[in-house]
Amino acid sequence: MSGPTGAPEGPGGPGTLPHLPHWGPWRTGLAILRRDLFVTGREFPIFLAQVILQPLFLLFVFGKVLAELGYTQPGYQQVLFPGLVALAAVLTGLQSTALPLVIEFSYSNEIEDRLLAPLPIGGVAVEKVVFAALRACVAAAVMFPIGIWILGSIPWHASTAPGVVVMIVLGSLLGAAMGLILGTYVPPNRINVTFALVLTPLIFTGSSQYPWPSLGRLRWFQVVSALNPMTYVSEGLRALMTTGVPHLPTWLCFVVAAGYLIVLGLVGMLGFLRRALG
Amino acid sequence: MPAGPHHGSAPATGAPGPARATGRAAVEVVELAKRYPKAATESLAGVSFRVEQGEVFGFLGPNGAGKTTTIGILTTRIRPTRGRALVAGVDVVADPVGARRVLGVVPQTNNLDRSLSVRQNLLFHASYHGVPRARRQRLADELLEQFGLADRPEGRPDEFSGGQIQRMMIARALMHAPAVLFLDEPSTGLDPAARLFLWERVAELRSAGTTVVITTHDMDEAATLSDRVAIIDHGTLLALDTPAALVRGMTDERTLDCTVEPEPSADPEALDAALRALPTVHATERLDDPSGTPWRIRVYVHGDAAASVAPVAQLVGAAGARLTDVRMGEPNLEDVFIHLTGRALR
Repeated sequence: MSGPTGAPEGPGGPGTLPHLPHWGPWRTGLAILRRDLFVTGREFPIFLAQVILQPLFLLFVFGKVLAELGYTQPGYQQVLFPGLVALAAVLTGLQSTALPLVIEFSYSNEIEDRLLAPLPIGGVAVEKVVFAALRACVAAAVMFPIGIWILGSIPWHASTAPGVVVMIVLGSLLGAAMGLILGTYVPPNRINVTFALVLTPLIFTGSSQYPWPSLGRLRWFQVVSALNPMTYVSEGLRALMTTGVPHLPTWLCFVVAAGYLIVLGLVGMLGFLRRALG
Repeated sequence: MPAGPHHGSAPATGAPGPARATGRAAVEVVELAKRYPKAATESLAGVSFRVEQGEVFGFLGPNGAGKTTTIGILTTRIRPTRGRALVAGVDVVADPVGARRVLGVVPQTNNLDRSLSVRQNLLFHASYHGVPRARRQRLADELLEQFGLADRPEGRPDEFSGGQIQRMMIARALMHAPAVLFLDEPSTGLDPAARLFLWERVAELRSAGTTVVITTHDMDEAATLSDRVAIIDHGTLLALDTPAALVRGMTDERTLDCTVEPEPSADPEALDAALRALPTVHATERLDDPSGTPWRIRVYVHGDAAASVAPVAQLVGAAGARLTDVRMGEPNLEDVFIHLTGRALR
């Protein structure tokens, strides 16, 4: 017979391709990332609407409406804006890994073709996290023009810009690692209730709408907030972007956020391997 | 003369036999076992076999026999509890990445990328495997053509039928030219035409020298497609040989289903007695209503059924009747399976 099955011989036996000498697992990982970027790129406006809407409304109601009506003190925008950038990063990261993983592992099985690609199984998880973090970084970055548009001005110091970028990347990865855990440990029939039980507390205990050190009078809530990894992203961005707002020390935010990333990343990776390998 | 029901117009049987390599096996499995966590017994209890290059190897067994576990281990998705498994010489446990380069998988259920078109599914799969761009574009077009998918390359997988999905998954698996192709229950849920199309493609792959390992609980499929069949049940390999040898090895009993047009004077009892007196015949059975015509008689013979046709015809003539049709029945894989396990496959 003629046709593609009669491919020239390679090292694997008759019919196999002569594989490229420089083709390593990392290039397979990049090819998988390219697939994800291709699909997201095709529906970029939908993606933007998806990630922007919630922070946009929070910003509008808390930063604009309440301020106009005189219910918030002047300067609250300083507190709110960095917190909402953190929220956009962490939440988008989380949602970009958790939901696709649940669907791809159970209903669509789409992930199988990638698990059968020539890269270590863990590489597929890393790609998921990197891709989700990219989406999260875009979501966080988009908050800046929106902030300027709604609030008129945003807190910003050019000198701390690199730190802000690093913290946004850290927050995005952190969210993606949390999503990796949710997406691999939660059974598909429980994902709806889990999302409801996890997301709301995560959003409202992450110090995005209030500065953590001011919680002294609500000690228990301060303790709860201290457990939320998002708190350190919110506080870190507040420390880097604002002046005159109480915040945790910058170094502490970086150290705890990085520590959380390592721990949650490892737990998520274990969950992924458990799901991917029988 | 009609052939037995299970050895009909097989696409594979007409194809030239593949050149058997004497060197490295396409698949080599030694004492492979798997016990899932919390399971009381082993799903796979120390199985060993070898698949030669260019062979179509059938895995036959009921659901839960260990077929999918074996395929899962060979395709690096399940870790064995013990034992060794090599695909194209690559150890699937020690070097799963290397193994994934040389194997292709067509799973039981649709796992196509629903966000991509048919053609993009093929192209991206090839890109994961490092197939250069120009080559993968050409290959995708050729495979879409070969698998009858060329008219709607931009359609999404959801828009296609089960048979077309199956073909897309095979085409996708071939994009990186695997040395061994694993097909897990490929014709489950397909209509007869789609199944035949699939069988023809598998026969083509075989003639092109691709090793194919196929799991099935369908006797016809195993007998039609496979050069050799492994019968597996409760995680144990019960038998492994060519379909013909498996059947031959089980029993030498054959059947002759005769249609006899009797003269009014003919006596069925007498014919029956005469047939049973033949040395190769050990039983007879009326398949129709004994009072009706024509008579339909099943004759059970030992050894070569064809050799018994002439004496049977002679006796029928002597009894004042005319033999109008003879059908030779071979025992089939289903009989072998029942023989080995004591129960029917489905």
